[in-house]
Amino acid sequence: MTADDTSTPDWEQSLDEEVGLDPGAEHLLDVRDLHVEFPTDYGVVNAVNGLSYTLDRGETLAILGESGSGKSVSALAVMGIIDKPGRIPKGEVYLQGVDLLQLPERQLRDIRGERIAMIFQDALTALNPVYSVGWQIAEMYRKHRGTDKKEAFAKAAELMDRVRIPSAKRRIDEYPHQFSGGMRQRVMIAMALALDPDVLIADEPTTALDVTVQAQVMRLLSDLQDETGMGMILITHDLGVVAEVCDNVNVMYAGRVMERAKIHDLYAEPAHPYTLGLMRSIPRADQKGRPLDPIRGQPPNLAAIPSGCEFHPRCNFAEDKCTVEEPPLYRVDEHRRSACHFWEEVLRVGQRQDH
Amino acid sequence: MGKYAARRMLQLIPVFFGATLLIFAMVYLIPGDPVRALFGERQVSQETLDAIRDRYNLNDPFLVQYGKYMGVIPDGEEGLSGVFQGDFGEDFRGRAVWDIMKQRFPVTIRLTVVAIIVQSVIGITAGVLAGIRRNSFMDNLVLVSTTAIVAIPLFVMEFGAQLGFGLELGWFPIAGLRQGWFSYVLPSIMLAIISLAYVARLTRTSIVENIRADYVRTAKAKGMSSQRVVGRHVLRNSLIPVVTFIGVDFGALLGGAIVTETIFNLPGVGRAVFEAVNQREGAVVVGIITVLVIIFLLANLLVDLFYGVLDPRIRYE
Repeated sequence: MTADDTSTPDWEQSLDEEVGLDPGAEHLLDVRDLHVEFPTDYGVVNAVNGLSYTLDRGETLAILGESGSGKSVSALAVMGIIDKPGRIPKGEVYLQGVDLLQLPERQLRDIRGERIAMIFQDALTALNPVYSVGWQIAEMYRKHRGTDKKEAFAKAAELMDRVRIPSAKRRIDEYPHQFSGGMRQRVMIAMALALDPDVLIADEPTTALDVTVQAQVMRLLSDLQDETGMGMILITHDLGVVAEVCDNVNVMYAGRVMERAKIHDLYAEPAHPYTLGLMRSIPRADQKGRPLDPIRGQPPNLAAIPSGCEFHPRCNFAEDKCTVEEPPLYRVDEHRRSACHFWEEVLRVGQRQDH
Repeated sequence: MGKYAARRMLQLIPVFFGATLLIFAMVYLIPGDPVRALFGERQVSQETLDAIRDRYNLNDPFLVQYGKYMGVIPDGEEGLSGVFQGDFGEDFRGRAVWDIMKQRFPVTIRLTVVAIIVQSVIGITAGVLAGIRRNSFMDNLVLVSTTAIVAIPLFVMEFGAQLGFGLELGWFPIAGLRQGWFSYVLPSIMLAIISLAYVARLTRTSIVENIRADYVRTAKAKGMSSQRVVGRHVLRNSLIPVVTFIGVDFGALLGGAIVTETIFNLPGVGRAVFEAVNQREGAVVVGIITVLVIIFLLANLLVDLFYGVLDPRIRYE
């Protein structure tokens, strides 16, 4: 748990060997062509349609998108906890070179919490209301590592201290409903970080919090990341949060990546009409009085995704080609990809208008 | 919590008075003359009838009768002797009601306790198995069998079980108490069977509701096994309404054991009350029902306190 603890502990080594994880793999996490679908009475809902990304140690990757863009579902798929009848018909999720989708449930269970951890949007419902917060954190040590109860609770108290919950020792026996929203989210974070995971997926960790608390929680997350060097995936629809803490951004729409860029490039000059639309729909203090320019139309029905480019019915740049040919992720520069046939044009418009 | 429990205990006092008064009034209002009925077709002198009526205070006005019964109004040369003095009176044959209760209550309580255990264990297990896989074979089996159980009248099922498992197969004693605890098994299962169906359905619904909860997703993300997710995380939350039902049902079973007691020929309070009402034995009816009311209230108090243990969001100040 401490930063100076450099030797690899036994349980990690045994998990590495058992599963075949290779710490020297090219990427920490490598998601390739991930598909998730849900059969329903109205047809198959394609929540994720060929999502690919990589995450390296110490990197913060944002997955940005509206609700229904598949960002949360893709995270659950990476964790391997998609609820039935949801299924993953295609795709690979490599953690340090091992495809998690091919592992048996038992090994996957050991990896969850130990190597990949996740925190959720609303900590009040995401924590079990009938167990004390200490119990819920201690459960990580007791079930994954067989730590005895007393020691596990002591470690839980240390963790609560580490996520800056005041008088942690006293509050360890309290229940989730006795904590404020921000403190509850810290409990979630403590629980996720208990076993020092390599990857942390944060699914809208600050959406349920008020603005001042949001900033505190984001700062805590990025401090903890600096300490541990873990890779972090931040799922959000909040462009402000993204700008503050992220290195790279994946912009998702209808279950696919529309644009991938370094955070600065994305804000300076979007290379996809959807991103451009998002930027234009943010209210700005220096353009007071000017009407907002939201993206017209509605996000698509995932059971009937438009042909060609998913975004074409709402796109100002769309031409005939867009209705038939799905754009691949075009290479814009070394770090940048855009799934738009006309990305060059979009880039020019973005620069000219200084949106 | 202690304060809350004490306040609830104090509430028992008015309920105790209200219940006894109400039952006393109802017995008083039953038409016909119990003393006359005692002798059936035989001729009895008016003096004898008057003497008996006098002995049981039947000539007094209603409230005086009640007062003497409770032991707040002196009863002739006996002085204050009533419920407050620990004297529940006697029936027309001269047996102390307290002795009748001492004899009958253990039978009904054993029957009910075994029934509660049966309905909790089997009902919750069936509900969990049905709830964790919605629309599975198990779910449909539980759905169909519980519907059937609730639809068939209890006495039909009891006669069926008695004939089938008792007489034909010989697995259980047919009636009576000659085989100790074992004699209670079949009657208890039958007494529990309808509640068992409700417990199973209630548990199933509650599990189905909770298994989709956010905290279940969290527990999975923590790497917990599915047994642990269901057994520790889901079940504890799902049992809250079930415990409430079982607690309230404890009282209902105590009072409702009469059919089962009659069919399996068990000398419990249900039958005692039934016989006493027929013979207009007021003292027996009031005594037994009052004790039943108190047991029911205590059971509910226990459930409410246990509720707070199960769900920390409900804590009594």
